[in-house]
Amino acid sequence: MADERLEKLAEQLEQPLVIQTPGFDARFPNTNQSKNCWQNFVDFQKCVKLKGEDYVPCQYFKRTYESLCPNIWVEKWQDQLEKGVFPGLKERKAHH
Amino acid sequence: MTTMLHTHLFSDMPESKQLNFQDPASPMMEQIIMLHDYTMFILMTILTFIMWMLMKTTTRMMYWRNMNENTKLEMMWTMLPAIMLTTIAYPSLKLLYATDESMEPELTIKSMGNQWYWSYEYSDYENKKMEFASYMMPTEELKMGDNRLLEVDNRLMIPMNTNMRMLITAADVLHSFTMPSLGMKADAMPGRLNQVNFLTSRPGMFYGQCSELCGTNHSFMPMVMESTNLKNYSYFIHTET
Ligand SMILES: [Cu+2]
Repeated sequence: MADERLEKLAEQLEQPLVIQTPGFDARFPNTNQSKNCWQNFVDFQKCVKLKGEDYVPCQYFKRTYESLCPNIWVEKWQDQLEKGVFPGLKERKAHH
Repeated sequence: MTTMLHTHLFSDMPESKQLNFQDPASPMMEQIIMLHDYTMFILMTILTFIMWMLMKTTTRMMYWRNMNENTKLEMMWTMLPAIMLTTIAYPSLKLLYATDESMEPELTIKSMGNQWYWSYEYSDYENKKMEFASYMMPTEELKMGDNRLLEVDNRLMIPMNTNMRMLITAADVLHSFTMPSLGMKADAMPGRLNQVNFLTSRPGMFYGQCSELCGTNHSFMPMVMESTNLKNYSYFIHTET
């Protein structure tokens, strides 16, 4: 039984670990990265709204916000999205 | 046993009656220690000189009548300290900005301060998102060679010689993430994501303690970072559930 587990593990270890993380973003050069996380989350929602769930390039934003945002922030925002009270997607009215 | 060897060959944790830094484990900490030693050298030289002057003048063994109304001398003892301060300020500022410099990160880890434990998130891997809490080990559960009030149940594992980005935040009140042997400290604030960049240059287990007064158990929320090679790290990623 233990051998089976070891074999499975050895198999997994054969696959190289993909080392990949969002790079430096010149829009957010500060120590505080909250805006970086937020912007990528909003951009993903906008991207999906515009191009649909299956549009692959949108996944870039998702990977980025998943890497940067604390999980409870994402949960909270997704909750707000479901309830329709997420503040990031509100259209700004033009004033004349 | 390997744990004991690891933790006691290098001084990677606070020790009682400790007067100096812990052993450096990152290029940044090496630089900080070098700046400290350099500043200390200048400081001791000045202190010795001043003490000698004070002794000589107060015991009236030295009196120089030209010291009165001597413009050249006064200019000298104004300019020289200014130059000395500049030689300390320049490398100090240089180092300050170097610690803030963000390199191209290879791995992102999120760390969240909670009352009263730390939790860590690994979210870089598409098919494996990890999140776990890291509580201090109670004294009764310690094994031989463990460090009291420093050991945790789940360590933060990181690959060495890898550019790391750590994002630090808090869930409730202010905390502070500290790793003295890496020369790293950043406040954890609710609603804010603080980024620090670091690199460990050797394997080891590094110990830190919460550095912002956060309540009753502030002293009992240590952080332990295990720096290892990529193979062990990927083993950890694959086996951790
Ligand atoms: Cu704390």
